Amino acid sequence: MTIETLPVQPVVARVPLRGKRSRGRSIGLHAALTVASLIAVFPVFWVLVTSFKPDARAVAPTIRLFDESSLANYADVLSGQQGDFLAWVANSVEIALLTTVIAVFLSATTAYAVSRFRFPGSRKLLMSFLLVQMFPFAVLIVPLFNVLLALGLQGTSIGLVLVYCTTSVPFCTYMLKGYFDTIPGDIDESGRVDGLSPFGVFWRLVLPLARPGLAVTAFYAFLTAWGEVAFASAFLSASDESKTLAVGLQVFVQQNRVEWGHLAAASILVAIPAVAVFYLVQRFLVTGLAAGAVKG
Amino acid sequence: MRRTLERHWYAYAMVAPVVVVLAVLVLYPLVQGIWFTLTDINESTIANPVLDRPASYSFVGLRNYLNVLSGDPSFGSFWSTLLRTVIWTGSCVVLTYGVGLGLAMLLNRPMRLRALYRVLLILPWAVPVFISAFAWKFMFNSQFGVINQLLGALGLGQPVWLGQTDLALVAVVIVNVWVGVPFMMLALLGGLQSIPADLYEAAEVDGATPWQRFRDITLPGLRSVSSTVVLLGIIWTFNMFPVIYLVTGPAANPNTRILVTYAFERFFSGASRDYAVASTYGVLILSVLLVFAAFYRRALRRQEAFA
Repeated sequence: MTIETLPVQPVVARVPLRGKRSRGRSIGLHAALTVASLIAVFPVFWVLVTSFKPDARAVAPTIRLFDESSLANYADVLSGQQGDFLAWVANSVEIALLTTVIAVFLSATTAYAVSRFRFPGSRKLLMSFLLVQMFPFAVLIVPLFNVLLALGLQGTSIGLVLVYCTTSVPFCTYMLKGYFDTIPGDIDESGRVDGLSPFGVFWRLVLPLARPGLAVTAFYAFLTAWGEVAFASAFLSASDESKTLAVGLQVFVQQNRVEWGHLAAASILVAIPAVAVFYLVQRFLVTGLAAGAVKG
Repeated sequence: MRRTLERHWYAYAMVAPVVVVLAVLVLYPLVQGIWFTLTDINESTIANPVLDRPASYSFVGLRNYLNVLSGDPSFGSFWSTLLRTVIWTGSCVVLTYGVGLGLAMLLNRPMRLRALYRVLLILPWAVPVFISAFAWKFMFNSQFGVINQLLGALGLGQPVWLGQTDLALVAVVIVNVWVGVPFMMLALLGGLQSIPADLYEAAEVDGATPWQRFRDITLPGLRSVSSTVVLLGIIWTFNMFPVIYLVTGPAANPNTRILVTYAFERFFSGASRDYAVASTYGVLILSVLLVFAAFYRRALRRQEAFA
């Protein structure tokens, strides 16, 4: 369905005054954007509607917006009647926060060094970060499993944090390098003149200036860890209280019996904070993206 | 050497932590992973300190590669899985790029409600992927899913979307496009905004048609952004795991199997947990991507030489 609603005529992006556009084109423009927005929003809306229905009513033979709707699913999920939801939240938050802190700190120093100093090997380092981006988890899953077994970290959240750093650190470094590049080097020089050490310049002058970039990067690192499925499914122990949300929510989707109402309620509880944070940072996202990932 | 160190010690000191982390957590595992592909390592032969059991796997030469590359169904039908992965990646990236570009161009103009549209359109990006996957799995339900109910209301057929047919692949492509469009759209919107408006005005004065302006100004202006997001999109889609795993799972569907999901199957859910074959798949995936990236870069450079 997504395909058919594609705006077929690529209308050229010029910057006309609104008055110059004919009424018909204006209607077409808004119609296309409205349809696209509906498709973008509908799945989320539908999960929201479903989250209030009992499991049995969630899969009724006729479409209804409300069907014995109540907050019962939310109560069940939060009280732990259906899976250990709060423990999953705690695990996910812990793992994602740790990953974020470690990844942002490590990548900020490296990104700064790569951005400011021309030293032998800097280009190779940047290239290797790009290359690591390409690694599918399938290459590393067995050896990382082996490493974690050897360290006795298999099945623990610390182990998972280490694993997530392998993907977050290179990407964060790349993004932050782009951001640091946009901060004029004069600032560093005047800091040096005032007697700051190279690290002092970085810590006292550049990091505070790079706050928006750091925020976007942190957000990214957090989200990658928050939503990761493969490693979390494979590496966490089978006990219910050690799962993250991405793994835990799968218990609602069993082979023969799917508790759609409860799954929907749990999904909404997970999605609301994510969407809220996203809404707050989306402005920075465009610039962060343009500076980091795109211009490279 | 000594002088290099003296001059750049602070740079090296700042880089060191990441280099150490990457060496320990990426480089060493990578080398080890390649070594594992030459062994018969599995759940019962891997070293397990918890059970106080030493490693007992042995070197088997290229046997894993021969098994996998023979295309044997019991080793995941490598060639047809590769073909499916390429089809999956190609259709996902073409559709995400096309839709993303179309929407970016619609948004790149002054109009009413622009900010609202933009926020609504990036909503799929804000929702964690595993939630989106569950939502679509629910909507694709053949009897009670809202998609089939809508199709039924329109008097159309109500297919079994996620059954053991190729339609399941179509379904996961739809999901992945829905998930991926917002990123493309925002990146391309950023690119569009960097194209100077007077180029379009000059072209319009010269009597260029909208199509000519699109082809000769918009596309070249987007080249650097496009080449990056397309490459990223291809790599991400090639390795996309959660969408397929969660939409068609928990039992793996061979009709939506791509290389990465099969490697995971081998690692995680097989009876014997065949780590050697899982690693072999991993190394093959990486090789395919590296070869592709090399060609991609060369093609880009040639294109730039012509431009």
